[in-house]
Amino acid sequence: MLDRALVQQLQELVGKENVLTSKVELVAYSYDATADMPRQMPDVVVMPTSTGMVQQVVKLAKAHDLAIYPRGAGSNLSGGTVPFKKGIVLSFQRMNQILEIDTANLTAKVQPGVVIAALNSAIAGHGLIYPPDPGTVATATMGGSAAENSGGLRGLKYGVTKNYVMGMEVVLASGEKVRFGGKTVKNVTAYDFTNLFVGSEGTLGIITELTCKLIPAPKYRRAMMGIFSTLEDAGNAVAGIIAAHVIPATLEIMDNMTIRTVEAFANIGLPVDAKALLLCEVDGMSQDLVNTEAEAVIEVLKQNNCEYKAASTDAERDQLWLARRNALPALASLDNTCIVEDATVPRSRITEMLLACEQIAEKYGVTIGTFGHAGDGNLHPTILFDKYDEELTARVHLAVDEIFATALALGGTLSGEHGIGMAKMKYLGSELGQSGLDLMRTIKEALDPDYLLNPGKMVPLPEVVA
Amino acid sequence: MSTTTSPSPEACTNTYHDDLRLVRGEIDKCMKCGNCMAVCPVYSVDKDEMAVTRSKIAVAEAVLKGDLALDDPEVSAMVFNCLVCKSCMTNCPTKVGYDKIALGFRAALVRKNGLPWLKKLIFTGLKNPKFFDVAMKAGASMQGIAFKGDRKLKAISPRSPFAMVGGSFGFDADRKMPELTVKPLRDRVEEVVRPAEVKVKAAFFTGDSLNYFYPDAGMDLIEVLAENGVEVHIPKAQNCCGIPVLVHGDIDTARRLAMNNIDTFEATGCDYLVTGCGSCGGAWQHDYVDLLAGDPVYKVKAEYWAKRTYDISTFLTKVVAFRQPKGQVEAVVTYHDSCHLKKGMKVFAEPRAILKSIPGVTLKEMAAPDTCCGSGGSYVVSHYDTSAAIGKSKALDINQTGADTVSTGCPACMMQLLDNLSRHGQQQKVTHYISLLAESYRQEKATTA
Repeated sequence: MLDRALVQQLQELVGKENVLTSKVELVAYSYDATADMPRQMPDVVVMPTSTGMVQQVVKLAKAHDLAIYPRGAGSNLSGGTVPFKKGIVLSFQRMNQILEIDTANLTAKVQPGVVIAALNSAIAGHGLIYPPDPGTVATATMGGSAAENSGGLRGLKYGVTKNYVMGMEVVLASGEKVRFGGKTVKNVTAYDFTNLFVGSEGTLGIITELTCKLIPAPKYRRAMMGIFSTLEDAGNAVAGIIAAHVIPATLEIMDNMTIRTVEAFANIGLPVDAKALLLCEVDGMSQDLVNTEAEAVIEVLKQNNCEYKAASTDAERDQLWLARRNALPALASLDNTCIVEDATVPRSRITEMLLACEQIAEKYGVTIGTFGHAGDGNLHPTILFDKYDEELTARVHLAVDEIFATALALGGTLSGEHGIGMAKMKYLGSELGQSGLDLMRTIKEALDPDYLLNPGKMVPLPEVVA
Repeated sequence: MSTTTSPSPEACTNTYHDDLRLVRGEIDKCMKCGNCMAVCPVYSVDKDEMAVTRSKIAVAEAVLKGDLALDDPEVSAMVFNCLVCKSCMTNCPTKVGYDKIALGFRAALVRKNGLPWLKKLIFTGLKNPKFFDVAMKAGASMQGIAFKGDRKLKAISPRSPFAMVGGSFGFDADRKMPELTVKPLRDRVEEVVRPAEVKVKAAFFTGDSLNYFYPDAGMDLIEVLAENGVEVHIPKAQNCCGIPVLVHGDIDTARRLAMNNIDTFEATGCDYLVTGCGSCGGAWQHDYVDLLAGDPVYKVKAEYWAKRTYDISTFLTKVVAFRQPKGQVEAVVTYHDSCHLKKGMKVFAEPRAILKSIPGVTLKEMAAPDTCCGSGGSYVVSHYDTSAAIGKSKALDINQTGADTVSTGCPACMMQLLDNLSRHGQQQKVTHYISLLAESYRQEKATTA
């Protein structure tokens, strides 16, 4: 608990209703969406409504050596917002105004607490979209998804959050505020600060405003599904689609475990002995172009020994998407704990990675269903277990270690879109090496020498190293 | 089904209403993904994790672990800051039964600390239907002292001294409530209404809201059934469905009410039970089964009636294939989905089908018709500011449609819509959808006669 004088100061800075201190309130901010993570109550939750308030809170925190955890909707999957060292959770849920929609420059200026789906609703009438679409678009905030550099289903064609952030206002650990970037398409002034703070997971500065890029909404789309009896055929189909120079908006894959589980969960008529399922959607501004791409995809599917279906109406499209939409809910319903990993490999190694996940499941006797963004090489091995079974939990942890080791051995990376946070910090050295870890520490300490901002995430705390 | 057992809730054991640990399975299903946040009406106003279901579940875990005390006032405040609208459950990927967790918690709190005196007084009244009936009628004849009437709306508003006191919880002078009727629905009709030609027999569970606040809508429902060759039984011995006491954790009273209702309807000999309120229908379809699961006799009876309970719209569309109305009713109607009707009873297409069948009615959908109106039964009194903010946003969505009539299938929603439209609306009429169908049948007769 903080002393009363400090709580009172915080209340004076942001308003009494924006400071939460009761034990129940602190429990409500002690976790995020990451499974198998320790919980920790903060000392206080502060909900600023302006950049000025954020600056004042940071200065006060610095004077009292209190950690600060910027938090959007707390929907991340890497333990990124757990207030590990106690201190202040800085929640942006009430700093949620869309400040400007500029249809001439195709940009929007937003406060960090704006929910991604709310921005998309606001711009839909202008025929525009903000493409990054992590699974939690209906809750995740613009600030949180920028800090995590979130991806989503449309990454292959439309990229991820970093491709849509053009400018920012950031409050630094000193309490100073800095603005950079803006509405211009080109901007090479100074260092590329935007790309430094996007994906920094709240460890380098606190995002208080974002200028982001919007694009015209594609007018036409077509969806296709292929069901394969071997993983090799599915892998060849993915390669074939790209080789045919089609860049689908979505190219999703599911393994046999996921197919079986989805079928048992939702009864949508999937063949339970299929080894893989591919879901592909092409979109664009002209019907002709979209049809041409769809035909090309169907041709590739035909050549790769699969049973395929193509949707010609929106209702049929929704039917094809049912399998994918049910993947996580179905798997998660198998047991009381569900770890979703996001190890990512070059697209050409996706078949090997899927096979490896199956073998790891067998080796450790754990349940793993794998699905994910085949076009991005970004898989979600999803591990289901009973958290009350300690021996099983230990095996799950070994399986997770091996999944990451395999991804790296295949020339991949630890995280495609969920971030490092607390969950994957211990693996960082194996991807970056000592010099990479040192570089991270150099950057962290240059911007936040006292480890005030989201301490214990991404960059290990100094005392832990020593 | 003819066994007569005197209701004895003491015989019921082993449900989550009696033992909080039984909700552990539901708690474990929660992944903390936060999808509940996207649809929670309370969160849309509070913008604070405390409102969100996943946090309520995290707090429940802390209580079960012993990290938080069950009767910590903050815990109970959190547990009761919920409309029980079930929106979170509809949007939950792993189908967490949050209603069970919430009810289990509320019941555990009451077991530990007893009911607050005011609730105790009201619920004791409910347990004794005859006394409750007398009290409601007495209230009706005396409402003129504290409230002034609005003939056109059939509504009342608090008079000045009462409005000053009540202003802090929403009973200000602008508050519109349906007037209490001196002659409730069940006093207006015989216990059996028999049309000339009887195709099927159904018993009508009126619920208190239709009985005391909207008896005209209740009469319309009976009239529509009779028009369709249904012999309607309206047993006078029926009492409150029990939801108002169940959500406040008074399990003993809820069980007594449920058992008495089951006995009363069993005695009618009808094959179907019809409701005109999503909460009442949901009680028969789901809550009685859960509440009485530990009683070998009533468990079976509750399951029997759960399968035979229909909202009036589903009864008309799925059981009797209602007669297409021919009378003209000129109205632009927008339909509000009651949470308990849509998310509890899964009824949303049928009322719309009925509205569309009425000559002259144009149905114009509002944005997000299934977003909660903010009523939540007593939530509107206990959390007036939040409820009013939710209600205002609903009223603005209704204004956008340009409709002159708002229709819904739940009397509690009707009360909330009446108040919020009188503050922020454009003088739209609030009506139960069944009243529009009844009106069409009446017009048909008037023109052919």
